[in-house]
Amino acid sequence: MIRLEEPRKFRPLVNQAHQVAAEIFRPISRKYDRAEHAYPKELDMLAALLDGLNAGNSQAGAGVGGVSRSADGDAEGVRNGSNMNIVLAFTELCWGDVGLALSLPRQGLGNAAIVAVANEEQKQRFAGCWAGMAITEPGAGSDSAAIKTTATRDGDDYVINGEKIYITAGGRCDHVVVWASLDLKVGRPAIKSFVVPKGTPGMDLVRLDHKMGIRASDTATIRFSDCRVPAANLLGSPEIDTSKGFGGVMQTFDNTRPLVAAMAVGVSRAALERSRELLAEAGIETGYSTDRWRQTAAAAELTALEAEWEAARLLTLRAAWMADNGQPNSLQASMAKAKAGRIGTRITLRCAELCGALGYGEDELLEKWARDSKILDIFEGTQQIQLLIVARRVLGLTSSQLK
Amino acid sequence: MDERKRDIQGVGLSLLNRFAGSEVVDKLGLRKPAEKALYQASKASFGAASMARRRFKSVSQRLRPERMERAGDGGDLFDLTPSDEQAMMQEAARRFAEEVLRPAAHDAEAHAEPSKDVWSAAHELGLAMMAVPEALGGAGAERSAVTSGLVAEQLGWGDPGQACALLAPVGVAHALACWGDAAQQDRYLRAFAEDTPPDAALALLEPAAAFDAAHPGCRAERQGNNWIVTGEKALVPLGPFADLLIVGADCEGLGPRLLLVETRDERVLQTPEPGMGLRAASLGRVQLHGVVLGDDAVLGDADSYAQAIDLARLAWCSLAVGCAQAVLDLVGPYVTERQAFGEPIAYRQGVAFTVADMAIEVDAMRLMTWRALARHDAGLEFHREAVLAHRYCAEHAMQLGSDGVQMLGGHGFVTEYPVERWYRDLRALGIMEGGLLA
Ligand SMILES: Cc1cc2nc3c(=O)[nH]c(=O)nc-3n(C[C@H](O)[C@H](O)[C@H](O)COP(=O)(O)OP(=O)(O)OC[C@H]3O[C@@H](n4cnc5c(N)ncnc54)[C@H](O)[C@@H]3O)c2cc1C
Repeated sequence: MIRLEEPRKFRPLVNQAHQVAAEIFRPISRKYDRAEHAYPKELDMLAALLDGLNAGNSQAGAGVGGVSRSADGDAEGVRNGSNMNIVLAFTELCWGDVGLALSLPRQGLGNAAIVAVANEEQKQRFAGCWAGMAITEPGAGSDSAAIKTTATRDGDDYVINGEKIYITAGGRCDHVVVWASLDLKVGRPAIKSFVVPKGTPGMDLVRLDHKMGIRASDTATIRFSDCRVPAANLLGSPEIDTSKGFGGVMQTFDNTRPLVAAMAVGVSRAALERSRELLAEAGIETGYSTDRWRQTAAAAELTALEAEWEAARLLTLRAAWMADNGQPNSLQASMAKAKAGRIGTRITLRCAELCGALGYGEDELLEKWARDSKILDIFEGTQQIQLLIVARRVLGLTSSQLK
Repeated sequence: MDERKRDIQGVGLSLLNRFAGSEVVDKLGLRKPAEKALYQASKASFGAASMARRRFKSVSQRLRPERMERAGDGGDLFDLTPSDEQAMMQEAARRFAEEVLRPAAHDAEAHAEPSKDVWSAAHELGLAMMAVPEALGGAGAERSAVTSGLVAEQLGWGDPGQACALLAPVGVAHALACWGDAAQQDRYLRAFAEDTPPDAALALLEPAAAFDAAHPGCRAERQGNNWIVTGEKALVPLGPFADLLIVGADCEGLGPRLLLVETRDERVLQTPEPGMGLRAASLGRVQLHGVVLGDDAVLGDADSYAQAIDLARLAWCSLAVGCAQAVLDLVGPYVTERQAFGEPIAYRQGVAFTVADMAIEVDAMRLMTWRALARHDAGLEFHREAVLAHRYCAEHAMQLGSDGVQMLGGHGFVTEYPVERWYRDLRALGIMEGGLLA
């Protein structure tokens, strides 16, 4: 039956995430924006809390480990499961602070990849790790099939060579999921992912980048020089199956894109709410008047922005709902990411503008949110990459037809 | 901007223009037949005030109004699956849209109304019947704005103009079922379950720039036990010949209210008011020159008035979602077939990304509209959601309509394809108030 409300059963969890966002993230938000690269030690305590949550929640985790296709054969009826759960939780956390949410121990994108494609033995072995995700290279970002990092079989090991950049939490995590090619000549089907524990010889943290936003989150460059990992650390099938193409490694994106969309929904809600308060202090009434033309321009603009926000939120929830119900959702995940990514910047930038000096100055967090939000339209596939995916699906075109 | 005054050259041009517009030109047979038909149709309706209008009769003395239970929301889960019943209605409406509305769209626009065949097919579909409670001779078991919305979406996919005409009386039936007292339901609502339901519409919009439906200019003044209603309503579906109107008026001492007006009253003047699009909906202007009504004409309360605005907007949103989907369904195959520069135009991102955006926005519009409608059915506050859905659809439906024409280039601008008509229809979003009701 059609109902687009957040299920009440998730309220305790959402509330908990909100309390964390409001009481822990917000008060230290500015501090770690200024102290780039300093580890937010407040997060350790939180991690313990999250672990407790995961353990206590039979639905699977509150963390990114919860994103996966619904596996149980619950054919009867509709499910609201871990995908929606985590989308809601991350919306709240990012209402607090996107950079800090991305720095939560054991909640890396690599963790999501492990959950999505690891076998049972690997899931057990890597349980409780904190895994970053290393796809991007200096010469290959959007075109992830063009990566040059290689993995060469040698006895019971693979030997990895190459340089990975922009690894979120790359400095702090204890494992990295690395994309490497078994055979550069073959292209997509030869690309596999490997779990590489930190401290493996031949794996060097080269630098941390300075950024416009999400400064609380570290972004690392890691070089692999004859870095040797056990063959058992390869995720998925070791065979180069040319009929399968890119499927295996790309699978995670269907689950993580709604998550990034949720982050944009969270940070833009923060901006909308704060703008409403500041406008009220300036004596400007905002609300849901039926009258579009006689409101102040500021009030009308805020309503228009909120409508965009609501659209992004619902698209995001839909993608998560589909995942929970075992429906293929690549198209809808990309729609959510495209919409939320662009309205995230649009809303936060416009709110900064609406609030004038208060929106631009550092006394408020509005200017920070406008910096933080931009990355959400870039990583996990840029706006343009999402549109390519949507267009190909809608028009029935291949990647060689629509490039 | 500089204000420019009419000079001598302007006066000359104006005279010339008036001549060109005169009947002489018509007599000489210079106009295209379709245009002429329209002209004559409107001519005929001008005298309509004197034409026979339906008489409504009270049949029995019922004590209590019949209320249908709201459909509810099935519990706690976020869910996008229509109920079995809704899916059936959706399917039936889809087939009706495909087999009846689509083929008839062109002619209905030219004749400024749906054909008799379309009306009787719609009657068979039982649209109005579903809105009338069983106790009053209808087939309605529960009240679901979601179901109304799903049906409107499909009909909007078929043809928004005809859909608007067909759904206007259904909206009036919904209003009577929700807010009518026993006597009002007896007198009017029964009629919607009959073989020929009345032509009826909800008339809220007025001919004023920046009109605000919450503050109607139409006024009802108290005189003894009566209301004297004066004002003007614009772009009313079936306006030139409707038997029954629900008119929004500012009632002295009460504020905005819905008033039941039988158009037999000679102080009601109904004239055609064709617009940019939705021409099949027989849009009309209605003037109320001191219409005298009793208290029994007041439908519902202040809350009903406010809800009527929201539910009307949601019906328009649903229509727009369907129409926008129609645009996308046409544009997709077109751009993959159309060749330019040696390959399908869809291979170019400028085209493909536009289509991607259209697909995203039509889904977003649908979700926004569904949420508001479902909140209504669950008995939750839905004003905020209705405002946001309406704001969103007004913006994006029009963009979609415009992009639709753009993707077809010159072929989109000529009437060979329906996209130019959809473009004109979609501009109604953000303008229309009332007219329909989900
Ligand atoms: C803070 C931060 C954190 C990150 N975290 C991670 C991480 O944890 N792991 C990881 O692997 N990567 C990470 N990234 C990398 C990120 O995913 C890439 O930056 C992103 O995918 C874009 O790649 P690129 O920077 O090489 O841009 P490019 O691919 O060079 O793109 C440049 C521009 O061209 C556009 N473009 C590219 N191809 C097309 C096309 N076919 N059609 C139309 N337009 C196109 C893009 O949309 C973009 O606007 C992170 C980046 C940042 C800044």
